[in-house]
Amino acid sequence: MSNRVINWFKFASPQAFYPLAGKMIPWFWALAAVFGLAGLYLGFLVAPTDAQQGEGYRIIFLHVPASWLSMFIYLVMAFWAGLGLAFNFRLSAMMATALAPTGALFAFLSLWTGALWGKPMWGTWWVWDARLTSELILLFLYVGFIALQSAIDDARRADRAGAILALVGVVNVPIIYFSVKWWNTLHQGSSVSLTKSPSMATTMLWGMLLCALACWMYAIAVALMRVRTIILERERHTDWVRAELIGKE
Amino acid sequence: MYWSSFSEFLAMGNHGVYVWGSVIVMAIAMIVEPLLLIRGQKSLVARLKRQLRAERQDNHADRSTPLQG
Repeated sequence: MSNRVINWFKFASPQAFYPLAGKMIPWFWALAAVFGLAGLYLGFLVAPTDAQQGEGYRIIFLHVPASWLSMFIYLVMAFWAGLGLAFNFRLSAMMATALAPTGALFAFLSLWTGALWGKPMWGTWWVWDARLTSELILLFLYVGFIALQSAIDDARRADRAGAILALVGVVNVPIIYFSVKWWNTLHQGSSVSLTKSPSMATTMLWGMLLCALACWMYAIAVALMRVRTIILERERHTDWVRAELIGKE
Repeated sequence: MYWSSFSEFLAMGNHGVYVWGSVIVMAIAMIVEPLLLIRGQKSLVARLKRQLRAERQDNHADRSTPLQG
């Protein structure tokens, strides 16, 4: 029995994780492509028009996945950063660092697609409403995390400082998520909720979920690519990195 | 298929600028990010290899000096 248990902690070492990540990346790219094509096909070619918003509503297939991912990546980043801070795991701190730029990108895309959706529907690119403002703060938290880490030369100290910032910023994520309930905002309510059945047509819902899955797979693929570069950079003085470099010659 | 013509698809019911402005920017972002990462990984590997070679040459020179002298 016991010999069938996989030792997951083995992959907590950068040396074991580096080749594993390299093998996983193509699979996540493939999944991202399949989900993305299916989602865009449903969203842009099959789904009917929206009764209130016309064709402009199709921005939802980009905006909602980007917004979900910007919040979800932050939680995952804070989780890894916290784990690194509490137990001094090198790899989990590297994962947090690898996730930040992709999270920032999705936060930016959420604001960008939101502005382009807001203009035709509300008549304005931007309002200082709770949902929009808290999403902007999320972007600033990502940028702050990246700037703080790159300002500290010692990698382990940079990990710890970044982790504290990331953990403090977690409070902002539920604020974004529930802002449309807690305050009267211009932003519409949740498109999908865990507590009640969705109000949108089935094809729209599937298109949106598939696009969100595609973004998720993309984020994993990109984070794994970035963490490999970080591992190589930080472990460059170790024997295994030297062997890896010689092996490639 | 929902659309009856390609031009109708492009027009997006007069919301074309907003819809395609979102699509294009998101597509560019999701293409450029991995390309930058591939370039960064390649240049890091090249730099580390150069350093490793330089180090070895130094070591080699250190060992060979007493023999020559």
